[in-house]
This record gives sequence, structure tokens and C-alpha cells, in this order.
Amino acid sequence: MSDLSVASSAAASVPPVRASSEGRAKVTVRDLNFYYGEHHALKGINLKLMAGHVTAFIGPSGCGKSTLLRIFNRMYDLYPGQRAEGQVMLDSANILDPKLDLNLLRARVGMVFQKPTPFPMTIYENIAFGIRLYEKLPKSEMDGRVEKALRGGALWNEVKDKLNASGLSLSGGQQQRLCIARTVAVRPEVILFDEPCSALDPISTAKVEELIDELKEDYTIAIVTHNMQQAARVSDSTAFMYLGEMVEFGQTNKLFTSPTDRRTQDYITGRFG
Amino acid sequence: MDVAGPYDRAKALSAFKLGDSVFYWATRISAISVLLILGGIIISLIIGAWPAMREYGFAFLWTERWAPAADPPVLGAVGPVYGTLLTSLIAMAIAIPVGLGIAVFLTELCPQWLRRPIGVAIELLAGIPSIIYGMWGFFVLGPFLADTFQPFMIRICEGVPVLGTIFGGPPSYLSLFNASLILAIMVLPFITAISVDVFKTVPPVLKEAAYGVGCTTWEVVRSVVIPYTRVGVIGGVMLALGRALGETMAVTFIIGNAFRVSGSIFAPGTTISAAIASEFAESDGLHQSGLMLLGLLLFVLTFFVLAGARLMLLRLEQKAGK
Amino acid sequence: MNPIYIKRRRSDIIIRFLCLAAAIFGVAWLAMILFTLFYNGLTGLNLEIFTRNTPPPGSTEGGLLNAIIGSIMMTAIGVGIGAPLGMFAGTYLAEYGKHDKLSPVIRFINDILLSAPSIIIGLFIYGAVVVPMRGFSAIAGALALAVIVIPVVVRTAEDMLRLVPNPLREAASALGLPRSLVIRKIAYRSARAGLITGILLATARVAGETAPLLFTALSNQFFSLDLARSMANLPVTINNFVQSPYPYWKQLAWSGALLITLTVLALNIGARMISAERKPK
Repeated sequence: MSDLSVASSAAASVPPVRASSEGRAKVTVRDLNFYYGEHHALKGINLKLMAGHVTAFIGPSGCGKSTLLRIFNRMYDLYPGQRAEGQVMLDSANILDPKLDLNLLRARVGMVFQKPTPFPMTIYENIAFGIRLYEKLPKSEMDGRVEKALRGGALWNEVKDKLNASGLSLSGGQQQRLCIARTVAVRPEVILFDEPCSALDPISTAKVEELIDELKEDYTIAIVTHNMQQAARVSDSTAFMYLGEMVEFGQTNKLFTSPTDRRTQDYITGRFG
Repeated sequence: MDVAGPYDRAKALSAFKLGDSVFYWATRISAISVLLILGGIIISLIIGAWPAMREYGFAFLWTERWAPAADPPVLGAVGPVYGTLLTSLIAMAIAIPVGLGIAVFLTELCPQWLRRPIGVAIELLAGIPSIIYGMWGFFVLGPFLADTFQPFMIRICEGVPVLGTIFGGPPSYLSLFNASLILAIMVLPFITAISVDVFKTVPPVLKEAAYGVGCTTWEVVRSVVIPYTRVGVIGGVMLALGRALGETMAVTFIIGNAFRVSGSIFAPGTTISAAIASEFAESDGLHQSGLMLLGLLLFVLTFFVLAGARLMLLRLEQKAGK
Repeated sequence: MNPIYIKRRRSDIIIRFLCLAAAIFGVAWLAMILFTLFYNGLTGLNLEIFTRNTPPPGSTEGGLLNAIIGSIMMTAIGVGIGAPLGMFAGTYLAEYGKHDKLSPVIRFINDILLSAPSIIIGLFIYGAVVVPMRGFSAIAGALALAVIVIPVVVRTAEDMLRLVPNPLREAASALGLPRSLVIRKIAYRSARAGLITGILLATARVAGETAPLLFTALSNQFFSLDLARSMANLPVTINNFVQSPYPYWKQLAWSGALLITLTVLALNIGARMISAERKPK
């Protein structure tokens, strides 16, 4: 049933629809519950990530927004005692299907983390590494792909003369854009951002936000942020979460100007959180 | 062909599948081999010691005579076991106070610029191969002790009950005491290094609070540092004891290889490891089996000491982790 | 002044003095041992040591060539077998086996093997290799050294891999990397300095080991590269020469001891420098 499982022949015949076809649900979450051992962390979540949209998740810390994001690429699978129930459809495949090939899923659903995580290798290798996993390319073609990815990460002009320098030698903001470029390089369909700017200065933050705006042309984007202005700036839809529940989900400007739920209003006006 | 479809990826990734599981099993089997090594040690010692166990039974444990050349050979563990325990105890009696003293010096008293050099020197001391200690004991320490310290102690204690026997003469290049001193020097770096490490786990706030109410350095050490790190220090001491019990080369040269129980610590003796090191290569039959049995005894002894040490240190880690 | 305070001051000063004395005592031993070693070892250190084989009893010419080569070979094979095995086992404990019930047991046993008497390892290999092979051999000696290397490497590999930040692993997984590649390409790479340090320390540990070689590799007066036969090696040669009545042998023993100590110190210092280099990052 899953077009992600390795053996499935259906996978070949159903090409993935690029995100640019707007207005279509790329990820559909139905009745999702999540548990850390005994702790019921997410309760009955329902929502849709639209293709070509940026969807922001806001809420006080501990509300489950990062937890939700880490379900979309099954990152929680790295740790025992954590389990999800319900349905999370990526196109026509259920992400929660235990038979799903996780590596394939993660190649389709990329993630950018809170702290920049450049790999301990050169800038060039940081990008080429991920590409090489799936494709054998001649050197010239690989160079082109790396350049394209670095341009995609708005980093090319800053690093084109020092591609062989260590990824760790870059500044924090550059490192984060390198991680975005690295994610883009493997051509995912969905990109998850987990508070990508919380470790960055305002200028780097602005650059990353700009980048996210460009990326939504080609990718479905979900971003977790604790910064409401950021959510308002970059997203098309916003979900407000509180204590593991999805309180309100809708168009960003509507949610911020006329929230329907009392708790949303309290949060965005700064009464708690 | 801008878009790499999931099918291409599936093909690429399925190639990793085999490597993935091969790697997993390689690591898992390696991890299990650690257990197999322990099992192998125990089994091969038991197999080797079996003839001697059958021949001597428990009497092995309380027979003092060691006469492998007799017909049939008479073998008893009392001499080497006594020597092992005695030398280790004396060594610890010397090394514990000195080692703790150095640790206190390094963590509380020493000027900052001197800490690293002394710390590094102590750790390098721990890295010197034990045969070097043995040679040094044989050529330098033994003669020195026999000419100065031993006659001095013998003269002082002569005629005093108990002490007169313990420090009984004649002075000897090869003796239990000389071996103990070498062992003490050998385990000193271990005790120091571990104590320094556990002393550093004391939260600075605690020490500052004690200094804040006007405690002297010694009072802070005695009432804050030592109680807080007691378990770790004991663990480290037991680890050092484990080393001392099994140490071979430092002791073999200088202990005299005499299978007897002597009241005087200036008399020659032997330890289990020294007995094995000096006799095993030329032994056969029951004699060899008897040496294997000694080895088994040593292993059981050190196993319990080391296991105790690790449990103590584990408790400390858990405490620190909370 | 307050008499109680005076008493407290006094005991504090006494203890401070005793601690200082202990430190001097400890460092003095090191100085004395190194002094004796250099004093006796340097006089005999010349080119002949490295070019000629061990002399027969009573002879006054010869070197340690066969013993040096033998030691290098056995140490290399021992580390060559022990280090990868230890690395894999440490990898399992740090990466796969975090929540496995077997892991604490393996860790505990490994810690015990870490400090198990090396002569016991010699007995084990004697029973497990020398007896079935019907003779002392270099390979038996190398295996004994490997058994000593394994726990050292397991411990350091696990500790070093645990220092690799988890987000780095998550980031690699998020690219769609299979677990084994996350470990091999990312975790190993970022823990590289620490892993090399561990292997160097393990090499230093076995380079001077004598007890486990006494009845596994034995020794050999002649030059031999045959792994299936007894092979000369520095520690056992020193052990045999020290207790001999021949002055030239004793001289060689001191020179050999100096060589071993310098090697071990160099490995230790090298290991320290590598791990210090890593820290500023």
C-alpha cells in the first residue's frame, strides 16, 4: 500500500507530484496521537500541509510542536518507548506504516535542526555526501549539483572560493544555510524546520527567512517556531498548539488578526507562554 | 531528468541494506566477544587447573609446602596467597595516604601553573611498563633498602614483642617489604589520578559554602570533599588493589620466590603472579596444573575486588548523573 | 586569638605540609626511576642495538634487532586484531545497544577485563592457543596482546562516540542515511581524534607488557619472522637478561628498557597531543 516501501512496484508508476502544484494537500494528518512511554504528548491532531505553502507551528514550549514535526520524518523512531497512533499520509503513503523504509521517507522529507549541524567534513563534501547516497554522478555533474544546492541555500557567493574548508569553519548563520543547502541537495518534497533561527543573530535570521520564502516555490514547508513574528512573516498557514492539542489551525493572517479560540488570543497577545 | 524519483532512491538504498545489517552484526558479535573472552579465561583456567583440583582438593588452600620436584609433587597455595595478600595490603597502606595526599595537593593547594605538569607526570608514571619498576627495584631499591632502611628498623625493633618479629632480620635484597614498596609506587599514580578525578566532581558551590563559613582547607577536604566523594575514592582504591594483587613483573624480580610463610616482612616470599611468572614456562604435569590453579585463585580474587570497585564507581556515576 | 582557631590553624598547616610532602615523595620516585633508566640505558645505546641480533651468553657484542622486530610485529598484530574488534564492540555499546539489556553486562565485564591481571591473560592464551598448537608462537603472543588491547579500545571508543552530539546523528538520519552510514561516515569522523587516542593508549599499554608473553611467545635468541614459532621480543629478552650474570646482557637489558619506556612515553604523549588538539573546536 505504500509507495515508499522498497519492493513496491507501484512506486515506479506513481511519480511524486512536485510541490509546486498548489492547493493540494501534501501531508494529511488524521487523528494522530503520540506517546512518550506513558505520557500522552499529542492528542487527536488533524491537519493538512498544503503543497507550496509554508505551515508554521506555534505554541508555548512543551506544547508538542517539535514532537509533531519529528513525526513527519519518523525521527522519533531513533528512540525506544515513543510511539504514534493514527494516520499521517504523505501523498498516498502512510508515514506511520511500520513497514515503511525510513531512509527513503527521510530522503523525501528533509529536516533542518535548531542548532546548525554541519558534518565534520569540507563544505563541498557536506553537500555532495547526501547526493552521493542516491546517485552516482561524474565529477563535473556533481560540481554542478553542489553549486546549485549552495545557491539554493543562498550561500554560494560566500563560500565558492573555499569549498574545501571545513564546514565547521563557517559562522553560525552560514552553517545553518549550509544545512539547508544540504537538505535541498537530496531533492526532498517536504522540508521541516525545527526552530531554525533560534541559535542565530537577527541578520542571519532574516537571510534564512528570505530563503524559506524562496524555497516554498518548490517544496512543502513546515516550520516550528517560538517566535510569533517569524510565523507571521514566513507562513501561509499557522497552527497554534497547546498542551498537546491543536487549538486552532488556519490562514496565518486570519489566525493572527481574528483568532477564534480564547487560548490562541491569549497566546498571541502575550498573556501566557 | 531533474527529478530523482523515489524508485531510483529505492534502488540506491537497497544496496545499503546489506551493508547496514552486516555492520550491525559485526558490532554486535564484537560486543558479545567481550563476554566470550571472559568465558574463555574462566574455562581455560578451570580445564588447566582440573588435574590439580582433583589431586589436592581443598587441601591445596591450606598446604604450605610447595615441592614440585617431590614424587608425587606436593603443592600448596598458602605461601603465594599469603605473599599476595600481604604485599598488596602493605602497598595499599603506603599508597592510599600518599595518593590521597597528592590528590588533595593537586586539587586544593597546588598553584595553578604547577597542576598540569605534576598531573601529567603522575599519569606518565602510570604508563611506565611494570618491568621497568621491577628492574629498578632489583638494582636500586633492593640494595638501598637492605643497606639502610632494613637494618635501621631491625635495630630499633629488636627485642620488642610482635614488632621484633615483623621487622625481624637479616636484611635482604629480596623481600616481601621491598616488593610491597615497589607495588606502592606502582599503584600510587592510579590512586592519585582517580582521586583527582572524583575530587573534581565536587560542586564548587559546596566547597565555596564551606570556605564561606570560615573552614580551613583541611576542614573543607575532611568534611566536604572526602565525604562527598567517599564512594568514588573507595572504588579507585579497590581498582588499585586489583592491580596490586595481579601485578607480576614489578614483583617477580624482587620478592625472592620463596614458598613459605614468614613472620618477618624483610624475609623473601612469593606472590601468585610471581610464582607463575618464574615457574610456569619450565613446568609440566601436576606442577603446571597447580600453577593454573593458583592463577584461577588469583582471577577469582581480583574479579571480586574489581567487580566491587566497578560497582562503587558506577554508583558514583549515577549520583553524578542525577 | 581564639584558642580553638589556633588549634584548627595548626592542624591545617600540618596537613598542608603532609600533602606537599606526599607530592614531592611521588614525583621523586618518578625522577629516580627515570634517572636510573637514562643513566644506565644511554651508556649502551648505540647503532649496534638496532643492527645486530641478541648475543649468545658471555659474548660482548650484539644488539637487540631480533627482539625489536619481534616486539613491533607482535604489537602490530595484537593491535591489528584487538583494535577493530574493540572499536566494533564500543560502537555497539554506544550506538546500537543503548537500550539493550545486554549492554550493561558487557560494559561491566569489559571494565573488569580492563584491569584483569595480564599474567592471567597469558595463562588463558597458553591454554587456548599454545597447548592446541603444541608450542610457543609469535601468534600466541600477539593474541595475548590483542586480548589486552580489546577492553581498552572498547572503553575509549564507547566514551568517545558518546561525546558525538546527538543532533549530528539526527541530521544525518534526516538526510535518509542508513544507520550504519550515520555511524561510519558521521560519528566516526567526528570522534576520530578520540578514537585514535584510544588506539594509541592501547598500543602504549601493550608495548611494554611482559607477563602475557612469558609463556605464549616465549623468546628466541635468533632472528625469526615465523609467526608459528617462538619469537624474540623486547620485554621477555629484558626479563631474561636482567637476571643473568653477564654484564653485557645486563647492559643490553637497560638499553632495551630505555627503548621501551621512550616508546611508551612517546605514544602516551602523542595520544595526549591528539586529544588536546581536538578540544579547542
